[in-house]
Amino acid sequence: MADEPLVLGIETSCDETGVGIVRGHTLLADAVASSVDEHARFGGVVPEVASRAHLEAMVPTIQRALKEAGVTASDLDGIAVTAGPGLAGALLVGTSAAKAYAYALGKPLYGVNHLASHICVDQLEHGALPEPTMALLVSGGHSSLLLAPDITSDVRPLGSTIDDAAGEAFDKVARVLNLGFPGGPVIDRMAREGDPEAIAFPRGLTGSRDPKYDFSFSGLKTAVARWIEAKRAAGEEVPVADVSASFQEAVVDVLTRKAVRACKDHGVDHLMIGGGVAANSRLRAMAERRCEDAGITLRVPRPKLCTDNGAMVAALGAEMVARNRPHSAWELSADSSLPVTEPYVPAPGHEHRHGVPHSHAHGHGHDHVHEVSKDNLYS
Amino acid sequence: MLLLALDTATPAVSAALLSCEPAPDGAAAAPRVLAEAREVDARRHGELLLPAVDRVLGEAGVKLDAVTDIVVGVGPGPYTGLRVGLVTAATFGAALDVPVHGLCSLDGIAYASGIEEPFVVATDARRKEVYWARYDDFRTRATEPAVDRPADIAEQVAGVPAVGAGAVLYDGTFDGLRADGPEHQSAAALGALAAEKLARGEELLPPRPLYLRRPDAQVPANYKVVTPK
Ligand SMILES: [Zn+2]
Repeated sequence: MADEPLVLGIETSCDETGVGIVRGHTLLADAVASSVDEHARFGGVVPEVASRAHLEAMVPTIQRALKEAGVTASDLDGIAVTAGPGLAGALLVGTSAAKAYAYALGKPLYGVNHLASHICVDQLEHGALPEPTMALLVSGGHSSLLLAPDITSDVRPLGSTIDDAAGEAFDKVARVLNLGFPGGPVIDRMAREGDPEAIAFPRGLTGSRDPKYDFSFSGLKTAVARWIEAKRAAGEEVPVADVSASFQEAVVDVLTRKAVRACKDHGVDHLMIGGGVAANSRLRAMAERRCEDAGITLRVPRPKLCTDNGAMVAALGAEMVARNRPHSAWELSADSSLPVTEPYVPAPGHEHRHGVPHSHAHGHGHDHVHEVSKDNLYS
Repeated sequence: MLLLALDTATPAVSAALLSCEPAPDGAAAAPRVLAEAREVDARRHGELLLPAVDRVLGEAGVKLDAVTDIVVGVGPGPYTGLRVGLVTAATFGAALDVPVHGLCSLDGIAYASGIEEPFVVATDARRKEVYWARYDDFRTRATEPAVDRPADIAEQVAGVPAVGAGAVLYDGTFDGLRADGPEHQSAAALGALAAEKLARGEELLPPRPLYLRRPDAQVPANYKVVTPK
């Protein structure tokens, strides 16, 4: 439909410079430039390296997206951008670019939430999100269980990891097994040859008195490392396939068990899974089986839409336009710890309907990036 | 030429609009500052720049698409704030399809000083260092911009007239400090210098940051793990 909103979205919360263009629920372009290789030798994403790369990639990536979509900038109905959460300096490059672009084109600006965007991207794959939607977001940066009655105004955090993100656990176990980086795909592959029940690795936070929807993968990671070290110390060969399969089974078991339970507890008949770990074949298979058994419809976007990208930001921006949500102000701040309860950041004076007053004192319910040193921000 | 000048390399978040029409005899006229907005707040570059541009255009009564050239201070300056100006300029340039020129931010401060004899400009580089350069006069830079600890350049700057917040901060070292000199950047001065140079047919710098330091290779705790392939 030609009258669906045409929106360009910019994402710079971590190490991917993403620019996507959508028309309503239709994906027109998904251009991504990644600085992941530049971070590899440091063992993790270096904020300053990411920010430098975003600045260099920004304009070329916008132009690539416009070309890919075959649209003219003046036809856009709005510019959406990740306002947070994420790395402060990285977010600032994206929000500054989005403001300049929107201002120059005379289009409204929408600062949106990165986590809500991860959910909304599924509209590009499977059409309108059911309301409410239950979402399991799992990646190297987040592991969250979110209930979204309205993706533009009402997203409720049910649980999240209290230590490592799920994707982080895959990467760390892969490192102990000398399987290289990233850990997710290679462990997935090795696990196919292994026995998921060979080793009984612990399932974190699954006791009857544990928080129902929170996750913990740090203990599992340590248990796997200890098990491997014991084998090596005994001079025995490490059964890589069995370790991979058993570790993966432990992660996937907990994720799907808690997600399905959240759906049942809240009477939700749809589950969406997003984030890079959504590409894991065992997660997909187990989620499918458990959802089917529970009468829940499972929605998982294709892998490229699950990892960080600009299309997901554009998808949420388009929904904002379609629902006449107020746009953001030119003073919009990049907020490294934007809570998921704020799916977007309207101009002051426009309170959103279910919004919780913004507080920077939120606790563990919010699991995204926190930079170690705030002093570093403007140095 | 209608020139939009932006600079976020110092605590000043600054935007200015200048017009530079050649005189009837073909000689370049002095650039005229139509409007300037400037706010000093080292931690809110991202929030303040676009509203500053909007105010400047509103005051001058022109729309952004009337702008024919953009000039941006490329630093040196604290990186996070510096990038706000650069990415804003680059994105404006792409959206409007107009050229984006870069100019060393210290040159704008030097130009604003109007000093006719040799002097130095120093800004605060944080971490007990300054960004600085020597000038022959307010239009002519004599050295590449550098980042140093004041103690390490004390001999070079002793008794030399000095301007900029770095000289103010370390006035024991920069003992030739001009009390009436500019501390932070003014986009109007940066723009006027750029207009002069463009009128003379000089090539300006590409709009890319002068970082002068390698990135801090510090990975935040609890963050995305990336190991070598
Ligand atoms: Zn993400």
